[in-house]
Amino acid sequence: MSAKPAPDERQGRQLLDRLARILLPVGVLALVVLAWALVVHLYSIPPYVLPGPRRVLETMWSDWALLSDSLVVTLVTTLEGFALALAGGVALAVLFNQSRLIEYSLYPYAVILQVTPIVAIAPLLLIYLPQPVAVLACAWIVAFFPVLANTTLGLSSVDRNLADLFALYGASRWQVLWRLKLPAAMPFILGGMKIAGGLSLIGAVVAEIAAGSAGAGSGLAYRIAESGYRLNIPRMFAALLLLSAAGIVIFFALSLLSYLVLRRWHESALAPDR
Amino acid sequence: MITPAPAPPATSPVVALCGVGKTFGNGVVALDGFDLAVRAGEFLTLLGPSGCGKSTALRIVAGLSAPTRGAVEWSDGGAAADQRQIGFVFQEPTLMPWATVAANVRLPLRLLGLPADASERIGAALDRVGLAGFAQAYPRELSGGMKMRASIARALVTEPKLLLMDEPFAALDEITRFRLNGDLLSLWQALGKTVVFVTHSVFESVFLSSRIIVMTPRPGRVFKELVIGAPYPRDERFRTSAEYAAWCRMASDALAAAMARGAPA
Repeated sequence: MSAKPAPDERQGRQLLDRLARILLPVGVLALVVLAWALVVHLYSIPPYVLPGPRRVLETMWSDWALLSDSLVVTLVTTLEGFALALAGGVALAVLFNQSRLIEYSLYPYAVILQVTPIVAIAPLLLIYLPQPVAVLACAWIVAFFPVLANTTLGLSSVDRNLADLFALYGASRWQVLWRLKLPAAMPFILGGMKIAGGLSLIGAVVAEIAAGSAGAGSGLAYRIAESGYRLNIPRMFAALLLLSAAGIVIFFALSLLSYLVLRRWHESALAPDR
Repeated sequence: MITPAPAPPATSPVVALCGVGKTFGNGVVALDGFDLAVRAGEFLTLLGPSGCGKSTALRIVAGLSAPTRGAVEWSDGGAAADQRQIGFVFQEPTLMPWATVAANVRLPLRLLGLPADASERIGAALDRVGLAGFAQAYPRELSGGMKMRASIARALVTEPKLLLMDEPFAALDEITRFRLNGDLLSLWQALGKTVVFVTHSVFESVFLSSRIIVMTPRPGRVFKELVIGAPYPRDERFRTSAEYAAWCRMASDALAAAMARGAPA
């Protein structure tokens, strides 16, 4: 008999492992929701203090028209901010990579923009920019730095021998960038995108909250603030749930994209079959 | 008993290094007064301990590094700029992991803007190194030896006159290395290229070369020239022959003497 498990047995174990990865978190969620419902029921907590899970879902159903409109507003802002952050971050990183002078001149300001808390910048932006633009600007500011930092790192971590090979065949700057540096940076760019996706949602939410009651916008964060003022706690929870779901969907979408792009060649996307 | 064969009739050199010196920014003198004439059609090996500047010499021939002193002279008048003349095989396979084997082999043609009969040339290049069925594979799907074959196919796809190889098989296991040695010799004989090969292995250098330059370390200089007169084709029988062993002893003695001459390793 060989020491290795038979193929059937190994496949079975893999399947079990995969099931566990899905079922365990779902089980935890079920337990938490159950405990939540029990606490609300046993102590007869009124919904304006803490609504039970059922009440939250009912509110989501009854307020769906309102909430879905808000969801679309927040999602559109997030995606626009993300797209601009991606384009801006990659473009700036490429510019830095091509010119030391530009990098030295601008990089400190990119860092300053990143380390200054967005919550503090948002009210200022709201003074000078129309509200939708200010919200978009916030989403962009928080999301672009991880793309910039990761892409900069990726562009400069090219294999030296490959760089020599390109030099040997007299590759132009453009060819080096397009055929060597950008593909080599791709895993880094995708990593930056994963971070930026979540951050652009945060940026949008922060700006909507900062705009608060003065805002004419109607994103999910605005709904949360507004419901808070009205003590409509179930709707607050429903909006929060949608925000959280939006964040999860964004994360998984970007993970899937990363997997699809890298699966043929990068270590990070390989199946652990050994 | 064998005696060193007389040097073959001096055909005009393809490329020559004349009194080349290379001092790096940190003050290390890699090469000093290094003279080398590469003759058309020969299989020339630079043999020396690590750090003797043999890779630096190869990089200078390739134009990847500029000599601090001395000159590189090409027979056809400064053709160093004509990148088509040179194929380079690095110590590692140095393939683009994001591209298929075919795309990797196509790269030199792309960069040089060579014409559209590319796919035929790529097919032929892969065929030559025994990778015909692997055009669409990604590098990570290949073994170490196959990656190196792909790397050789890429170096040959522009049909260069001069093939430069920098310890290409150093990281491979012995069985794979022997097979690639044999296949490389067949390729060399079939294509009539000039090869400059760098290694620190006495056994590899004797098996492959028509001429060996033994180098001293720090600074790198030519210590001794050995013309290996054993006829080609050489096969596994040659590898176990008394003649091969005698050549290896001679090269090994020369290497030991060269290292004694240089700074302690």
